[in-house]
Amino acid sequence: MKFGVVVFPGSNCDHDTYHVISKVIGQPVDFIWHKESDISRFDAIILPGGFSYGDYLRTGAIARFSPVMNSVVRFANEGGLVMGICNGFQILCEAGLLPGALLRNRDLKFVCEHVNIRVEQTDTPFTQVCTEGQVLSLPVAHGDGNYFCDQQTLAELEGEGRVVFRYCDAAGNVTDEANPNGSLHNIAGICNRERNVLGLMPHPERASEDLLNSHDGRIIFRSLVVAVGEMLRTR
Amino acid sequence: MITPEILEQHNVTAEEYEQIKQLLGREPNLTELGIFSVMWSEHCSYKSSKVHLKRLPVEGDCLVQGPGENAGIVDIGDGWCVAFKIESHNHPSFIEPYQGAATGIGGILRDIFTMGARPVAAMDSLRFGPVRDADVDEGNEQTSASTIARNRRIMAGVVKGLGDYGNAFGVPTVGGEVYFADCYSLNPLVNAFALGIVRREQIFYGKAEGVGNAVIYVGSKTGRDGIHGATMASAEFDEAAMEKRPTVQVGDPFSEKLLLEACLEAMRSGAIIGIQDMGAAGLTCSSCEMGARAGTGVEINLDLVPQREPNMTAYEMMLSESQERMLLVARPGHENQVFDIFRKWDLDVATIGKVIAEPRLRAWHKGELVADIPNMALTDEAPKYHRPMAAAAVNPPEDVTPKVAAALRAIAAQAGSEQLMNELLMRLVAAPNIASKQWVYRQYDHMVRTNTVVLPGSDAAVLRVKETRRSLAMSLDGNGRYCAVNPREGAKLAVAEAARNVICSGARPLAITNCLNFASPERPEVMKAFSDVIDGISEACRAFNTPVTGGNVSFYNETEGRGIYPTPVIGMLGIIEDARHVTTQWFRDAGDVILLLGESKADLGASELLVAVTGEVAGDAPPLDLQAELAVQRVCLEAIQAGLIRSAHDCSDGGLAVALAESCFSHYRHNAVGARIELPVALRPQSVDEIVGSAALLFGESPSRIVVSVKPENVERVREIAQRAGAACAVIGEVGGSELRIAIGGETHINCSVAELEAAWRGSLPSHLDRQDLLAAD
Repeated sequence: MKFGVVVFPGSNCDHDTYHVISKVIGQPVDFIWHKESDISRFDAIILPGGFSYGDYLRTGAIARFSPVMNSVVRFANEGGLVMGICNGFQILCEAGLLPGALLRNRDLKFVCEHVNIRVEQTDTPFTQVCTEGQVLSLPVAHGDGNYFCDQQTLAELEGEGRVVFRYCDAAGNVTDEANPNGSLHNIAGICNRERNVLGLMPHPERASEDLLNSHDGRIIFRSLVVAVGEMLRTR
Repeated sequence: MITPEILEQHNVTAEEYEQIKQLLGREPNLTELGIFSVMWSEHCSYKSSKVHLKRLPVEGDCLVQGPGENAGIVDIGDGWCVAFKIESHNHPSFIEPYQGAATGIGGILRDIFTMGARPVAAMDSLRFGPVRDADVDEGNEQTSASTIARNRRIMAGVVKGLGDYGNAFGVPTVGGEVYFADCYSLNPLVNAFALGIVRREQIFYGKAEGVGNAVIYVGSKTGRDGIHGATMASAEFDEAAMEKRPTVQVGDPFSEKLLLEACLEAMRSGAIIGIQDMGAAGLTCSSCEMGARAGTGVEINLDLVPQREPNMTAYEMMLSESQERMLLVARPGHENQVFDIFRKWDLDVATIGKVIAEPRLRAWHKGELVADIPNMALTDEAPKYHRPMAAAAVNPPEDVTPKVAAALRAIAAQAGSEQLMNELLMRLVAAPNIASKQWVYRQYDHMVRTNTVVLPGSDAAVLRVKETRRSLAMSLDGNGRYCAVNPREGAKLAVAEAARNVICSGARPLAITNCLNFASPERPEVMKAFSDVIDGISEACRAFNTPVTGGNVSFYNETEGRGIYPTPVIGMLGIIEDARHVTTQWFRDAGDVILLLGESKADLGASELLVAVTGEVAGDAPPLDLQAELAVQRVCLEAIQAGLIRSAHDCSDGGLAVALAESCFSHYRHNAVGARIELPVALRPQSVDEIVGSAALLFGESPSRIVVSVKPENVERVREIAQRAGAACAVIGEVGGSELRIAIGGETHINCSVAELEAAWRGSLPSHLDRQDLLAAD
């Protein structure tokens, strides 16, 4: 089992994600430099948070043209597991692996704080260890996290059960006050139709150790490990 | 030909010009004059402060690198060291708040990673003019409606600038402080602190060693931005300040992030001998300082410098303060390795010169020698001034008691005497200096790098160090009001509070960095205050055994003749040996017993209460007994290390009642909780009448006090520790309920719902800052 963490110029949660996978989850992991194109040795790919290419022009807009992204798209299309966290989510949208876009936050300010998200779907490789409706406390840290898409796409996402996480209050109620950035339908994370590509704005890697105030993010990595294990067994 | 007009434009005096001619043995050309003017500017040369800074204690067991390098370094054990420093970016942040603040954090981050350390934390100490409508007074230019609107825009721009840069770079901004006072209108203070981790054997220095070695330029291209930035920061402002906007640099955090990764990679590869960032005075400062430190010289060819714009002159290139650039000396034979690494990160890299034996800075441009100056003339032999000092008119400090008494009676007449203390507490928790700073720190990524153990809002920030079992605590503290009335005591109090904050988080104080913000050194009373502050810091640092590892002086913080308070800001670093000792300020469980360590006196001078009820800063700073302070700190730390303490919070602005309220408020993973406090009459200062005495006990700012909570079964053990240390320790109440109730001698003075208090505390800054008129143009 091998995880790959892509390093774009300007990625800054690459080390954090690497740390959690190697030290907390205890799985083999390597960095993937964005100019690499052979990623065949990996079983799951994570696009970490940060400010790839300074988020200049538009978040994720330049990173999607990095050589590694062609391989990531192919990897995903062949059923490989891909998770984009924060800037990684933005890049997945730009690359067309996920629909919609992340706009500037509703109040125009960067927001860094712990939020609650509700697990809406447990039949994804990223949430299968969760229980439906489970509330996770994870930090967000972004200036552009306001999920937007057209009405038809939104209807598809909802109809096909692809909204995986929603911002909510501590009791699990989806309210406007609990929405930190103005996302449509309080969307915090979505997956593709095949359910092997996930994008989410909150940072599970920042909430995976007891010392760091919350370890709720660990369950997402644990799900991923179980999923990769199953895939390897059936391969 | 250098004319008096040219000298004036360069802020060089006639005497200084004579000295330049003497050092060169000839007249300088214009480029050389430019070089002298920046290197001899107050900002770069410390010419007014140097003779005083010598008195700071700079020795200690943990010290690896003291003042004089890009950052100070201390040993934290297991072969790991911490590099940390604070620097001001006040002037640029006034002229252009967003870029001024952004390049402030950018500069201090480079100071850290140029030493080989990866930055893992930042903090900011910020001071602005008033931002409340309630402060508008058209009779005073510092508080006119338009000034207050501008203060809000400055604050919003500074916070966004700091956030955008630090967030994109990927360093968590984990703490700091924000204060407001009239004197910071048009003179905002932006002091940025950064801290990094480095293996002891991998520390790099800014030395140009090895004659013949290649001098390599890396990072962004050189442009015309920031020319004379250091000179601008060395003069007071007048009405034309806005015309100085082109002297402010533009920051690019993305380039800085690439520069960080490339520099650390190159350092690890062994291809680098010495390295220094190009900050103030850019290419000039880095080349002459690297030569001066190694006893060598640096010769550069400006034709080879990567340039952003065509037709730049030698003068412009030598003085440009374009950001995100470094100068390094490569190990012979490893030049190509350096090139490969920086190209991998898409950065410019060019060999622009070599190390020479003559201790001189030499620059060529288009085949001409455009500068040839002895390094020492720019560094050690720069002017040092013993500027005249005179104490401000010496009046015995005013006794503020009658004023406070009159104000309290007036409020009591309005609110009802039984409501008086409730009313005061409500006012104080909403006062901008005390109110929640969440509006600010929510805009900073304070968790990236996943080391932030204590989230912003407690006494000190706490970071785990993944490489060791230890954690670091850090705090930034200053109190301009105290220094305004008593510079020496104010400086001592700032060091004491910083140490106390670090202690409250469970750490042993190790060392400090400082940022000294003052008005014009050409005014004798400012210089006297500066000298007193140095003495105060020295005395306190000796007592706490925390050496000064470096810092920064910022003079000329005045606009149109109105200067700031003397404002020393102390950055204290502490170490926590065991993660189980990490302590926060928030009360935990109902039934826990609340104790007050330390003694309360009638200390209302220069207090938040005094400002809140009279609008004045007057009286004397609270006296600090360093031995009593040390005793209280020892008790707190010993009790924490014995596992007896559930929460610890120091009493500072707003005194005991505010400290108690803050301990009741909610925080991530902490629900709000009430407290029932019964203060014995004996604690009430007897030197004043009852109403003032009660107010002093509740809101007075006697230093050396800490509110702790403990489980009932541990009360006796904490008392024993206090008794042994000779520190006062009183049981004052217990945690529980949803109200904060405080009685003195059985008589209830405060009975407030914690939810209401917290709403006022939390809502204050957003109500003043989240407004449409902020978006209006200047």
